[in-house]
Amino acid sequence: MMLTDDIAVVMPEMILAVYAMVVLLVAVYTGKDKMAGLITNLTAVVMVGIASMIVFGGEGAQSAFGGAFVSDDFARFTKGFILLSAAGVLVMSQDYMKRHGMLKFEYPILIALSVVGMMIMVSAGDLMSLYMGLELQSLALYVVAAFNRDSVKSTEAGLKYFVLGALSSGILLYGASLVYGFAGSTVFTDIIAAAEGHIPLGMLFGLTMVIIGLAFKVSAVPFHMWTPDVYEGSPTPVTALFATAPKMAAMGLFARVVYDAFGNAIPDWSQIIALLSVLSMFLGAIAAIGQTSIKRMMAYSSISHMGFAMMGLAAGTVFGVQAMLIYLAIYVTMNLGTFAFIMSMERDGRPVDDISALNQYSSREPLKALAMMVLLFSMAGVPPMLGFFGKFAVLKAAVDADMAWLAIAGVIASVIGAFYYLRIVYYMYFGAENDDLLDRSTSLAQWVFLSVSAAIMIVGIFYQFGAEGFAAAAAQALVK
Amino acid sequence: MKRERNGWQQLLICKLDLGSEKNMGVADFAFYVFAISTVIGALFTVISKNPVHSVMWLILAFLSSAGLFVLLGAEFVAMLMIIVYVGAVAVLFMFVVMMIDVDFAELRGEMAKYIPVAGLIGVVLLLEFSLAFGNWEISNNAEAVRAALTPDMTEVTNTAALGQLIYGKYIFLFQTAGLILLVAMIGAIVLTLRHRTNVKRQNVMAQMHRDPAKAMEVIDVKPGQGL
Repeated sequence: MMLTDDIAVVMPEMILAVYAMVVLLVAVYTGKDKMAGLITNLTAVVMVGIASMIVFGGEGAQSAFGGAFVSDDFARFTKGFILLSAAGVLVMSQDYMKRHGMLKFEYPILIALSVVGMMIMVSAGDLMSLYMGLELQSLALYVVAAFNRDSVKSTEAGLKYFVLGALSSGILLYGASLVYGFAGSTVFTDIIAAAEGHIPLGMLFGLTMVIIGLAFKVSAVPFHMWTPDVYEGSPTPVTALFATAPKMAAMGLFARVVYDAFGNAIPDWSQIIALLSVLSMFLGAIAAIGQTSIKRMMAYSSISHMGFAMMGLAAGTVFGVQAMLIYLAIYVTMNLGTFAFIMSMERDGRPVDDISALNQYSSREPLKALAMMVLLFSMAGVPPMLGFFGKFAVLKAAVDADMAWLAIAGVIASVIGAFYYLRIVYYMYFGAENDDLLDRSTSLAQWVFLSVSAAIMIVGIFYQFGAEGFAAAAAQALVK
Repeated sequence: MKRERNGWQQLLICKLDLGSEKNMGVADFAFYVFAISTVIGALFTVISKNPVHSVMWLILAFLSSAGLFVLLGAEFVAMLMIIVYVGAVAVLFMFVVMMIDVDFAELRGEMAKYIPVAGLIGVVLLLEFSLAFGNWEISNNAEAVRAALTPDMTEVTNTAALGQLIYGKYIFLFQTAGLILLVAMIGAIVLTLRHRTNVKRQNVMAQMHRDPAKAMEVIDVKPGQGL
């Protein structure tokens, strides 16, 4: 295959990477941070453009660079959501970052480069490109976690994330080396061919360690320790990013590796993922109850949600992957709206993350409280909202795969988890009288994201915007 | 340059010769010397009391592993080990160790608390890995897959072969690695650079365009009068 053909396959990634580098140079030599607002919006526009180019442009499956990079429906589905959610976070965070003196031109550029890494992750066809994408994504995220460099909590979040991320990368690489030692190749197609019919113990060790490394990235229990601290310490827009695009990318990569490289060891990894899933769902649901900070609560909520997404993966079927993708798509959409709301929580111009600050919120801003209530119901999985259908899909996938125990555990965990979502609704509508009132938000973007996301949770029941068919095609492309 | 064996074959031959005492060649001898000094260097890096000595032992470990690479026929990687690891990384470590005031005795005391648990985990892991390695298998066509990637070593030197792989087959990964380094650079700058506004800086162009006629003025001060 000629190099030009290969480049045509990675064109979207190249455009975004080249864009980031050009903008970096332009910004350094001209306006510096004066241009930050403009660059943030421009980056969001470029991301949306690339998303539409990927989603409407590509057909079928192509691979490039000797199998290191794969472009298929699965990659297109996840990349579409990664790009759109990152663009959404950029647009709604601009106002917040500016008011708190954190809007530097590096912010959108780092996020753009991180998104390039995520796109490489979900398209990885080789253990090496998997690692490269993962590091590119993570390194940029470590930096943005510490972006509020004068805050102790933010720098602590960045450092903690960095050290544990480096540890998880080490474990992942060790696993990859074991797999390479067995198969003699890092390309997924070669690995799956080498393990045809017989999977030796050494390779299972490698598989397990790769899964551990990835479980760190999706913050699955028991590799979740960093999540609450990093979510709490990072600036809220960065937390919003952590809870959306990288989760999609890491779960996409997870599914990509276990199916493309270890597709003939489904019973072996299915039990590991099922265990991670159960632990994550329960710990996420139970530990969130005691939290007073809404950002920490959202961290546990994301752990729990990742547990549900992994349930779809653990099923080991085409429908399981489809359910996982639908779940993630709904999760990302919900989280964008929820974090738009959390970003608007301020008192006297300072961000507040105390849940009790929401007491009697509905009497002052009834529309926002209503939108947030819809989102919280949806997160809890209360039936009429879209979140219920996401949960229903993964539960059905688990039952179909004869894992009824997993589905029952999921139902119990989601009932426990409903408590803390509904507690916020209770505070907003029936909470105690509160003198320390929150400021009225002025940001149009946050309001738009909150209301659109809440609207999708209801409209989505009747009209899925083609997401379901697309997810089905994506799952078909992955599970052969 | 013509070569009879590639690195892997040489290593295999080294290993096979273990049993037969009759031909302990120079290469075998060198292998044991380098291997033992690598392990000793690594061991003392961890256990020596003085951190500066640790770095010195680390350099020994680097140098010995460079020797091992030479034995494998990977001269270029061996030179990289010396230039990059010994020349740059170890020097950097030395700077850090000397500049940062870390109380290593206290760290060590802290470490002693965790040693029982850490030791237990270490032993469990060691047992697990010895299970895995004791049962180690290599896929039937692993050697063939590996060889398919490697350029013909009778045709090119290993430096040229590395270049062909990095800039040819693995160009995508190489460029991605470049992006990662770019992110690292941006990150280091954005997290540490502070533009100090109260510092007086020299504008070189303005300085060079100064003109004695404009910059100086000769004033004739009359006696008895001030300025």
